Amino acid sequence: MPSNANRQFLDFEKPVKDLIDEIENTKNRQEKTNIDMSDMIQRLEQNIIEKRKDITKDLTSWQRVQLSRHPDRPYTLKYITKMTENFVELFGDRNVKDDKAMVGGFASLNGETVMMIGQQKGINTKMRQLRNFGMANPEGYRKALRLMRLAEKFNKPIITLIDTPGAFPGLEAEERGQGEAIARNIYEMIRLKVPVICVIIGEGASGGAMGIGVGDKVFMMENTWYTVISPESCSSILWRSWDKKEIAAEQLRLTADKMLGFGLIDGIIPEPVGGAHWDYDEAAQKLKDFLIPVLQEQKQKTAEQRVSERIEKFGKMGFWDEV
Amino acid sequence: MAKEFEDFDANLAGEEGKTEETKSSWFKRIKKGINTKTSEKKETPEGLWTKCPDCNYICTVSELREHLFVCPKCRYHHRVNSSEYYEILFDNAEFTELFENIRSKDYLGFTDLKPYKKRLDEIWSKSDLKDSMRVAVGKVGGQDMVIACMDFEFIGGSLGSVMGEKFSRAVDHCIAHKMPYMVISKSGGARMMESAFSLMQLAKTSGKLSQLSDAGLPYISLLTDPTFGGISASFGMLGDLNIAEPGALIGFAGPRVIKETIKKDLPEGFQRSEFLLEHGFLDFIVPRTELKDKLAKVISLFKN
Repeated sequence: MPSNANRQFLDFEKPVKDLIDEIENTKNRQEKTNIDMSDMIQRLEQNIIEKRKDITKDLTSWQRVQLSRHPDRPYTLKYITKMTENFVELFGDRNVKDDKAMVGGFASLNGETVMMIGQQKGINTKMRQLRNFGMANPEGYRKALRLMRLAEKFNKPIITLIDTPGAFPGLEAEERGQGEAIARNIYEMIRLKVPVICVIIGEGASGGAMGIGVGDKVFMMENTWYTVISPESCSSILWRSWDKKEIAAEQLRLTADKMLGFGLIDGIIPEPVGGAHWDYDEAAQKLKDFLIPVLQEQKQKTAEQRVSERIEKFGKMGFWDEV
Repeated sequence: MAKEFEDFDANLAGEEGKTEETKSSWFKRIKKGINTKTSEKKETPEGLWTKCPDCNYICTVSELREHLFVCPKCRYHHRVNSSEYYEILFDNAEFTELFENIRSKDYLGFTDLKPYKKRLDEIWSKSDLKDSMRVAVGKVGGQDMVIACMDFEFIGGSLGSVMGEKFSRAVDHCIAHKMPYMVISKSGGARMMESAFSLMQLAKTSGKLSQLSDAGLPYISLLTDPTFGGISASFGMLGDLNIAEPGALIGFAGPRVIKETIKKDLPEGFQRSEFLLEHGFLDFIVPRTELKDKLAKVISLFKN
């Protein structure tokens, strides 16, 4: 987690930045003048929490999208290391290569072995390139499927953490069958005999997200989005301009509360006040606390029950008229 | 292929075919789209000439129709609708359409440049099509089968709730009557006006295919020009047999998006059927003129 001095701020987070600056100034003054200002500092720190709550109370859909992409936001491996023990990362699709945009491996969650899988974004320029900005290639999806099958073989539940701006639209990706890889994952995930829990922890863009997003339960964290296309691309296609992303975000109803209202997800996982980027430990703890009872509940079912309920769950989604 | 990139965006945005800009003509059309109602449309007169977009070969429409809309000179496959495919495939062009009564609905009140509701009303008023996919049952070479076929004219053949539901019921019909299933894809991808609901159709349709598979019934996916996005990322690529017409553009991401991403020119023949076959994603490519015979042969092989 970045120290306050190294934090990055979105436009609408500016009031919090001002308060943080004020604390720094007060601390400096305290040092120079040797006058005890701890009361004031404490009050300012309390104000920060209030302000964080305040600015995220009534966010627009687009601001929610911005928060999901916050440069300080924790990514998959951060959650895995903070909420599990004994994580053993497993690499490669046994076919082409290891896709660094998709990570996974066995870990102990609350003392029980689970398979953790998710897209991984980079934390700095160099890592962002290595991780391909969280955009997996076909081998990433096939690596994910390999790990899911491994979990199924040893009867371990699967937890996927989704955070991607989309599957990578590249030349080699097409050569190696990006569409087929995602299609295969969706098909196989519906049939998995073990519990599958999916969580959108950041961006949930279209097929790239759904390629690891078919589960018994699908949840979204508070400041995330999940829909059929990114607001930018939607704007460029339907409005024929890149400038309507805010409107597109609104029209797509891509936020967690809307998705829950539609019955397309099963719940919303709370984040620290102001967003997961303010406190990684707390964010991971909240996710862990949420997942443990869900996992216990899912373990009660038989394999056949799980598969038929999954098919039924997604089978009900959609709206139409019958005339 | 020197042809400019297909503008899928225009198709998915509900505009018909290419925009005027991409045609680079000397004249600009002021009014967009065809404003003639179906009822006012005139029958195509015999002897009307048509030009092949690929080789510029000129022939009459009736000659083209005789060749199943395949250019007699260069074998270019013209895009055709479900009605042509049903006529080509079903014995004596006899078939029964299923689930015609399912219609799209603007549940979200989605508005881009136009409200989704208005968009739908406009298409319904000027076309006989009810949505982007039709389902029909009939005989192919004497064998019963269900064929679902997309119509590109209807919002770019986009995958929305209606397609997902028709697809599902078609699978149920196949299971109930022990029939093979074929889907003819021709689509720009998911229907954005239905937002996440359209995305969920990927899982919905895959779940149904899982049931079809458990029932031991064959599923054939025929990919035609063009097939992209949500279709190729779900049932389009999940056939027991994935087959395609020659020269069809098939892929996950559209060529324009890929070009913009990698900032390089795309190789000749990229994302064409032949390219997919070379890379191992198709079982075979079949010309439209041989489609019916080959399909009947395959179905009988599965059966006997």
